[in-house]
Order: sequence, then structure tokens, then C-alpha cells
Amino acid sequence: MTVKMSARHVSAYYGDLRALDDVSIDIDTQHVTALIGPSGCGKSTLLRLLNRMNDAVPGARVEGSIELDGQDIHARDMDVVELRARVGMVFQKPNPFPKSIYDNVAYGPRIHGLARGRGELDAVVETSLRRAGLWDEVKDRLDDRGTALSGGQQQRLCIARALAVDPEVILMDEPCSALDPIATARIEELIGALRGRYAIAIVTHNMQQAARVSQRTAFFYAGRLVEYGDTSDIFTNPRATSTKDYITGRYG
Amino acid sequence: MKGSTLVILVVGLAVLFWQVARARAYQFGGSGKFGSLPAQHGWFAALWVLLPSLAFLAAWQINAPGMVTDAVLRDPAAAALPPTGLTRASLLAEARALANGTATGAFHGLARDLARRYATVQVRFNWIATAATLGLALSAGFAALAKVHSGFRARSQVERLVTLLLLGASLVAILTTAGILASLFWESGRFFSLVSPGQFLLGTHWSPQSIDPAAPGDSLGSLPLFWGTFFIGAGIAMAVAVPLGLLSAIYLSQYAASTTRRVLKPALEVLAGVPTVVYGYFAALTVAPAVRHLGMALGYADASGESALAAGLVMGIMIVPFISSVSDDSLAAVPSAMREASLALGATPAETVRHVLLPAALPGIAGGIMLAVSRAIGETMIVVMAASGVATLTANPFASTSTVTRQIVDLLTGEQTFDSPKTLAAFALGLALFGVTLCLNLAALGLVRRYRERYD
Repeated sequence: MTVKMSARHVSAYYGDLRALDDVSIDIDTQHVTALIGPSGCGKSTLLRLLNRMNDAVPGARVEGSIELDGQDIHARDMDVVELRARVGMVFQKPNPFPKSIYDNVAYGPRIHGLARGRGELDAVVETSLRRAGLWDEVKDRLDDRGTALSGGQQQRLCIARALAVDPEVILMDEPCSALDPIATARIEELIGALRGRYAIAIVTHNMQQAARVSQRTAFFYAGRLVEYGDTSDIFTNPRATSTKDYITGRYG
Repeated sequence: MKGSTLVILVVGLAVLFWQVARARAYQFGGSGKFGSLPAQHGWFAALWVLLPSLAFLAAWQINAPGMVTDAVLRDPAAAALPPTGLTRASLLAEARALANGTATGAFHGLARDLARRYATVQVRFNWIATAATLGLALSAGFAALAKVHSGFRARSQVERLVTLLLLGASLVAILTTAGILASLFWESGRFFSLVSPGQFLLGTHWSPQSIDPAAPGDSLGSLPLFWGTFFIGAGIAMAVAVPLGLLSAIYLSQYAASTTRRVLKPALEVLAGVPTVVYGYFAALTVAPAVRHLGMALGYADASGESALAAGLVMGIMIVPFISSVSDDSLAAVPSAMREASLALGATPAETVRHVLLPAALPGIAGGIMLAVSRAIGETMIVVMAASGVATLTANPFASTSTVTRQIVDLLTGEQTFDSPKTLAAFALGLALFGVTLCLNLAALGLVRRYRERYD
């Protein structure tokens, strides 16, 4: 098993508030890692630390180390632009740009100069849309606005947009919370199909979803990583009582 | 009694009735648990005391002088007045002044006789006004007080009266605008009966100082003025204000640390508080000479101390905070999810601004720029002080240029008769300028509104 990203003794603060307390966790390419826990437990904070999206949050501070392929992402010679290109992110609410479907997907390749010429760019867009399972639905209307698609299609467009820069890690922050059950099922299928090619971490509030899409599950509570292991173990045989209470629906 | 004393008296009555009505409402314990509060009964009575009597008083104050004069004219002594003309008016004015004590001695015997008559009539009318106002206030107050009982919905009644009051307040502004417009149209109509609109709008020669009475339109062609107005206000000023305002908005909203922003943003807004007359002398005394020297150095022999460039530059600086605040708002209205999406793909902040934020904010920014243009071309003080009085049709920024607003000021200052083509031209210019700014404002508001709908 090759570790793609690893966090060691990571604590995060927003001003005086400690959001994460001494968390160590590995993410790899073979498994989808689900981050679960009640609201405010720090799981989204951890996700946003992994591609340094919290840099811009005023008062946010990190301790400990986070590595991508053994390289410290907070190191002086680490370019945050490169980091974010290698570690893509899909957000809670679908957020396509108010541009055409094509331009949405082509956005990343264009700014990073990944495609030479229109033909290559077309190919990247098609591949990304195919991988996101959206190609057949939009291939005849690539010039339509991305915002005109349905919620589920928008979210798959956002996934295609993230895939287009060919990242190594994909972080998903509750990607289905704004979607209906059918659109959710499509995204879950898609996550299964992407496993193995990308290291995937997904934050979810939905226990069944975590059980369906992930092989590894991390349970967070009050900023601490309470339990981390195989999803099947966590759901059938949780060691900590708080994990058991949470996954059986006592709270959260 | 004088009007002001009456108003104070009526307000005093209102306070009194407020107290009485509230006290009565307290006696029956309001109007049930969720009925009107005692204070609302109080307001009901107070408003009934105030509104009819004050409305009457206002109408009376407008009409009373005419009624007094009519009564004076019915006096036998008034028969000796000349039937019309200046003497009659001055005699009446003198009599009124004597009666009011603002004049001490009378020049005309007739005026003295009439003054006595004036005094008695005024006293009589004053008594009528006082009695009617107080009577109205009291009867309305007692009528309201009679209604105060436990089942009475004072709350909804007060709400209705308040609604009327608010409607009245908004109507004042609207009616005033309508009145201004009507006078503008009326005077312009008189102008256009002397000069054809085509000649006025398309003529290229503007020299109101030397109007040929036989063909006034030949020297009242406003094209050079509108050219100068747009050259200064929409051209030079925007060339300064748009880049500076937009870039500072981008810096403040996307790059500046919150501490920097806390200092810089208010500092920028202070610019908006500088009176335009201060900008005016800054333009005339500091910028204009410098611009003239620059023009000379660049080899423009006709570089003027009243150049379009000087006025435009300073106007541009004046507009910067406006553009910057509109752009800041438009950029802030772009959902932060757009910004995060772009950054998460590895775009730099500059790329995010250029490819995502600016395109999304552009309609709002464009609308803001149009509003700024409409403000700039209506701006008067800077161009009065820094622009030229001579209208020339030139694209040379160092040459002297005049604007519509500057010419309106020139046309209406000094001694003028109010029915010459020269003065009437000021109204026609005002109307044309109003038409332009109205169109700009409507287009800008339309743009901004359509843009809002996309994200809400």
C-alpha cells in the first residue's frame, strides 16, 4: 500500500479555537477514505488543510506536518499552486463557473498550460467528462452554460473540472449533501470508478454513504481522531463507544 | 396669533390628547391581551389632533395673503388705486409693510389709509385662523377620544395614518421632481420656438455672447459643448478613474490583509467626502498650470490653462472612490464558492481575478461605470473653475474645452432677461443633459439588476 498523503500530529486553530487536536492519518490510492463525525468535529478542517485551502482564512493556524509523497506541503519550496493542482477538491455545493460546460472543464488545463492546441484540449475535456460520467449527457451541448445543468450534473461537472488537471488526490467535502438520492447514487458510482487511479478522501454526514463508498473510515469527535481503520471494522465492530453511538445514530 | 405660535399650540394639544387617550386606555386595561396598547390609543388621538389642523394651517398660510388683499381691495379707499401696473403693486406692498410694522413712514397718503385697512383685516383673519385651527384640533381630538374604548383597534388606525404620512413624504420628492421637469420642459419649449432643435443639437458653433437676434440658432449650436462634456467626463475622467478604481478594488478585496483593508478603505472613502469646490480649485490652481507646462513641453503651442485634461484628471480622481466602491461590491457579490473553486484548481489569485471574478462581476462594474459617467457629465463645480468658457470642438486634451454645465452657469449668471434665447438656451441644455444622464442611469440600473438576478 503506497501512502499518498500523510498527516502527523496535526493541530489546527481558528484564532483561539482549536479545531483539530493532534491528528495523524494516511490517505492512499487503493482505498477511498471517508471522514465522518458530528458537525464541528474537525473533519472538513482536515480536508481543507490537505490542499491548504485554509491559507486564506483569517486567523487560521496549523501545527504538525502534512506530506504529499513524502514532501512537506508547508515547506518553503512547496508551491501552493502546484500543490492545489496535484490535490484537487470538490465542494459541498456544486460550484461551476458561469461559463460554458467546455470552458469549465478546460479552465484548469488552460491556466496550467496542460494542452497544446485545441485538439489536445478537446481530448482532455472529453476524457475528463467521460471519467466523470457526464460525457454522454452533455456532448451535444458543450457550449451551454455549466450553471444551466441540474444539481447532480453540476456536481459531476465540478468533478470533471477537478479531474481535468490530472490530480493525484481528490478531496470531496460532502459532495452529495445538496443532491437528490438518484444524483447521489451516480456520484457514489463515480467515486467507486475513480478509486485506484486517484487517492480519494470524502467527508460525509451520511453513514450509509460512508459504508458504501469507502474502504477506510476515520471517525472524528471534538477535533480528535477517535478511530481510524477499515470501514467494515468500524461499522461492524467499533472500538470506541463514541464511534458506536455515532454510527448507530445516537447523535450527530 | 402667528403661525409658529399656532403650531406650537397644536403640538401641545396633541401631547395633551396623547396623555388623556393613553390614560383612558389604561383605565380599561388596553384592548384585551393582544389588542392595541394604551400608547397606540394615545398616538391615535395625537395624530387626529395634529394632521387635520396642520393641514388646514398650511393651506391657510398659502392662501391667506391673497384673501387679505382681496378684502382690502373691497375697501372704498382702494377704489383710488390705479387699476393695474407697477404703481398699484407698490402701493399695496407699501401698505402691507406699514401694517406689519416693517416700514415706518409712508410715502403715499393712500398707502397709509390702506395700511390701516390692512391691519384690521389681518387681525380679523388671524382670529379666524386661530379659531379654526384650534377648533379643528380640539374637535378632531375629542372625536378621536370618543372612539377610545376597549374594542377599538387603535393600532391599525395608527398604522393607516402612518402609511398616509409616509406616502405624503415620498410624494413630496416625486412631485418636486415632476415640477422641476415641467419647468424644464416649459422653458425649453419656449427656447425651441425660437431655435429649431436640429440647429441646437447639431450646430457646431456656440457663442452666446454674440447672438444675431434675427438668427439666434446660428450661434447656439450645442455640439461643441456636448463633445467637451463627454471628452472630459466620459473620456479623460474615466481613463483615470476606471483603472485606478478597479485596481484598488481588486487589491482591497482580494489581496490586502484585513488590517491594510481597514486603513485603506476608509482613506479612499474620504476622497468621496471632499467638496467638489475643493477639487475645483485644486484643478484650477495646481493641476491646470502643470498640465499647461506639460503641453508646452510636448510642443502644443495652444496648450491652455483651462484645458480639458486638467479638469478631466481631477474629475477622474473625484470619481475613483465611486468606481472602487461599486467594483468592490460587485466583486464581493461573486459567490466565494467561485473563488474557492478556481483556487482549488491551482489558479493563482491573479488568474482567479482575471478569469472568474472579473467576468462574473463585469455587468455590475459596467453599470457602476455608467453611473459614474452620468455623475461626471453632470458635475459642475470642477469645470466651472477649471474648464474654459469658450467652446471649441477639439480632441486635443491640452486645448481649452467647455462643458454643458459650465455654459449653463455662464448663461444664468450676470444680469439677464429671462426670455432671451441666450438664457432660455440654459434650460434647453439642462433638458438635453438630463435626457442623457437619465438614459445612462436607466441603462446602468438595468445592467446591475440583471446581474443581481443571476446569483440570487
